[in-house]
Amino acid sequence: MIHQEPFVRVVKRTAISKRKVMLFRLIALAGALLAGALLVALLGYDPIQMYSDMVSGALGNSLLAVNRKGVLAFSTSSQATLKIATLLLVTALGLTMAFKMRFWNIGGEGQILVGAISCSYIAIHYGEVWPQWLLLLVMFVVSCIGGGLYGLLPALFKARWGTNETLFTLMLNYIAIHFITYLQYQPTWQIPGTTFPKIRDFAASTRLPMVLGVHVGWIIALLLAVLVYLYFAKTKQGYEVSVVGESANTARYAGMNVSRIILRTMFISGAICGFAGFMQVSGADGSLTTDTASGAGFTSITVAWLSGMNPLLMIIYSIFIAILARGAGRIQTTMGIPKSAADMLIGIILFFMLGVEFFINYRLIFRAGRRGEEAKAV
Amino acid sequence: MENNPSPARAVQNAVEMRNITKTFGSVVANDKVCLMLRQGEILALLGENGSGKTTLMNMLSGIYLQDSGEILICNKPVTIRSPKDAYALGIGMIHQHFKLVDVLTAGENIVLGLQGKRTLNRREINQKVRQIAQKYGFEIDPTKKVYNMAVSEKQTVEIIKALYRGAETLILDEPTAVLTPQETTKLFDVLRMMKAHGKSIIIITHKLNEVMEISDRVAILRKGEYIATVETAATTQQDLTEMMVGRRVKLEIDRPACARGERKLHVTDLTCVSREGVTKLSGVNFDAFGGEILGVAGVAGSGQKELCEAITGLRQLAGGSILYRYQKDAMTIEENIAGMRADQIAHRGVSLAFVPEDRLGMGLVANMNIVDNVILRSYQENRGILINRKKYRPICEKMIKDLDIVTPGLTTPVRRLSGGNVQKVLLGREILSLPQVLLCAYPVRGLDIVSSYRIYSLLNAEKEKGNAVIFIGEDLDVLMDLCDRVMVLCGGQVSGIVDPRTCTKEEIGLMMTRVGDGREGERA
Repeated sequence: MIHQEPFVRVVKRTAISKRKVMLFRLIALAGALLAGALLVALLGYDPIQMYSDMVSGALGNSLLAVNRKGVLAFSTSSQATLKIATLLLVTALGLTMAFKMRFWNIGGEGQILVGAISCSYIAIHYGEVWPQWLLLLVMFVVSCIGGGLYGLLPALFKARWGTNETLFTLMLNYIAIHFITYLQYQPTWQIPGTTFPKIRDFAASTRLPMVLGVHVGWIIALLLAVLVYLYFAKTKQGYEVSVVGESANTARYAGMNVSRIILRTMFISGAICGFAGFMQVSGADGSLTTDTASGAGFTSITVAWLSGMNPLLMIIYSIFIAILARGAGRIQTTMGIPKSAADMLIGIILFFMLGVEFFINYRLIFRAGRRGEEAKAV
Repeated sequence: MENNPSPARAVQNAVEMRNITKTFGSVVANDKVCLMLRQGEILALLGENGSGKTTLMNMLSGIYLQDSGEILICNKPVTIRSPKDAYALGIGMIHQHFKLVDVLTAGENIVLGLQGKRTLNRREINQKVRQIAQKYGFEIDPTKKVYNMAVSEKQTVEIIKALYRGAETLILDEPTAVLTPQETTKLFDVLRMMKAHGKSIIIITHKLNEVMEISDRVAILRKGEYIATVETAATTQQDLTEMMVGRRVKLEIDRPACARGERKLHVTDLTCVSREGVTKLSGVNFDAFGGEILGVAGVAGSGQKELCEAITGLRQLAGGSILYRYQKDAMTIEENIAGMRADQIAHRGVSLAFVPEDRLGMGLVANMNIVDNVILRSYQENRGILINRKKYRPICEKMIKDLDIVTPGLTTPVRRLSGGNVQKVLLGREILSLPQVLLCAYPVRGLDIVSSYRIYSLLNAEKEKGNAVIFIGEDLDVLMDLCDRVMVLCGGQVSGIVDPRTCTKEEIGLMMTRVGDGREGERA
């Protein structure tokens, strides 16, 4: 009847210092890079060259440079990275609104697209008519309303009938994508004089102005990160969202109108994602395609979780993920690493970065290790 | 103090635990604890909350594994890694929160998880269950579904489950917390019967009178440390308290005499129906006056929760009215708040405070700090869209000082505080709102003696300010000592409102199971 105690036990940590958390994250990053290096070495490539190619592919040789026109701007490579980071950051900020409320909004993709579709309608129909300031203003407003309403829909069903928001928002993504496919065939949207399913390019007056070679959206994104941070740290509404997220019961007890808060917050969440869509079509792409969101609605979930719902940390993580994405693209061309291997590399790195959260929250106690402790204690 | 109990000569030890240590993170739940249970005795395990009683027993029943120290069963050292191991050694634990499957019958629950034959012979099982019941004097219907059972019946199922598995040693974790006085007496009869059949029993409780009544010996723990084991016959309640708390404590509860003030709350014909269509409250009538504590007694699930939620606007009413009298702009207003939502009541400026039963799931936000929890009910008073948390810091600091709340700081999430401190934060916040009616649901549940008395004195202070206090409690002794009037609920009806000074505990106990007109009350 005598058993041995288990080989390993998992114990929840009570408290952990911020420095230790940072240390764990750095170790995880090192581990991720090592594991990635091992993978590419096994495939027969040089890991050091691969990593340096990734970085230079994502950021260029220098971050800022005077370009041919004699204007200071981001290097061409880093411009592309910054555009991706901007899209990820804004979308992650939008999703965080919902996530803080424990409302699992997986519909960022759809909300980006509906925002993009709404402002594209203005761009395509009034692009040549209205002045630029009015166009951008109206496009901004309709993209927020469009994305917001698209976020409101699942919230309405959740508040009224308790439907599952995860599935609901996920399915709405596909509706939005296929609606763009439909628009590509509509005479008022399609490029005139062709049968090719493509939506017309935007007029110059509907494009966001540039700052240092990238559309102004990146500055707005940084401001938005601060705003969302302040929203949760200082405002009544932000407080209400946190309380509802922690316990709807407590919120009701405190006299909060829980349904109204869910609806309001999901509208804001969708509106921010919709705004990301506006920046993408008006700033980065200059047209609307089925690839406008390009998975940002999903990747941003990773960004939000990696940063632990902290809007300021999201700035760092969205840039980090953008560098990974761009770098993975670069090594495919420079080193001939297949796309599948590059995707695996990203997967490995993210696995480590997310996996470390387990060790931040729990610690393992090994049988042999405990004997040692006892010996020390005795 | 016998720190290392020597093996008894004549009687064999059913259980011996030697120098058991268990830590959770940096918290030492048990520090070199020793415990000895003789065969055929009832041992009471006494200690305040957080003294490590349940942890110790969980190690005996295989839920935790000790960090160090050894356990001997019938003088043989063993390692207990799982509840299955515990059962194989003849140890069965009846937890505070029952672990039964609602949709199964008593008999099915009893055999659940046992290695049986390929087919289940229910008749044979039920026969065996009845035999066990008869042997020890239980009343049980093995074919009754658990969801149809009262709390005491569920407890019976749990005990028989342990006996069915051949338990020789039974551990009961606060078994009387959910029982009426009559049911407690019945349970104690059964325990004595089991003892007579040679079973060894450990009973965890912090009701001293029960310890004196049922146990042969008492083992006392304090803050994770083993204090002593004493013969029950050779000790007194006062001595036990001293060992448990570590200093002398006054055991009487004050009931300051106050003149009855004006009527604050006038409830008539209150009726509530659950979403499933079950009547939870029917025809409830009562008044609450300033300067008095109105106690509410009843078996768990007699409508206490519904009553609180109905008064505070958290539950829809099927009928009735709640007249609430309050001062606003130097005017006395009496208004019917029935049918208003909680947020509407709050907007009226009605100063009704509510300390709910579920402290961390309803009254407080577990992951937020004290400041964020204190602003929960008043954050709307901030002008504009921002919350000025700085303004609340001194208020919180004063509350921490006034109520002796032990916390590492203002930024610590309240879930990290101990039960007593959590309750002080909650009650402190509600008192900060200067309520004229204070409604408390089980405010001392799970609290240790010192914290409980602190809460009683806070409630008495509110009463002396001329406010109405409604105290929903489970410990009849406390209700009878503290309250000015006691309303007894049974099956969602009021079976009577009595004066505890002129009424006996047995009378209240009877009213808890029977509505005034003498017919058996329904109990959910």
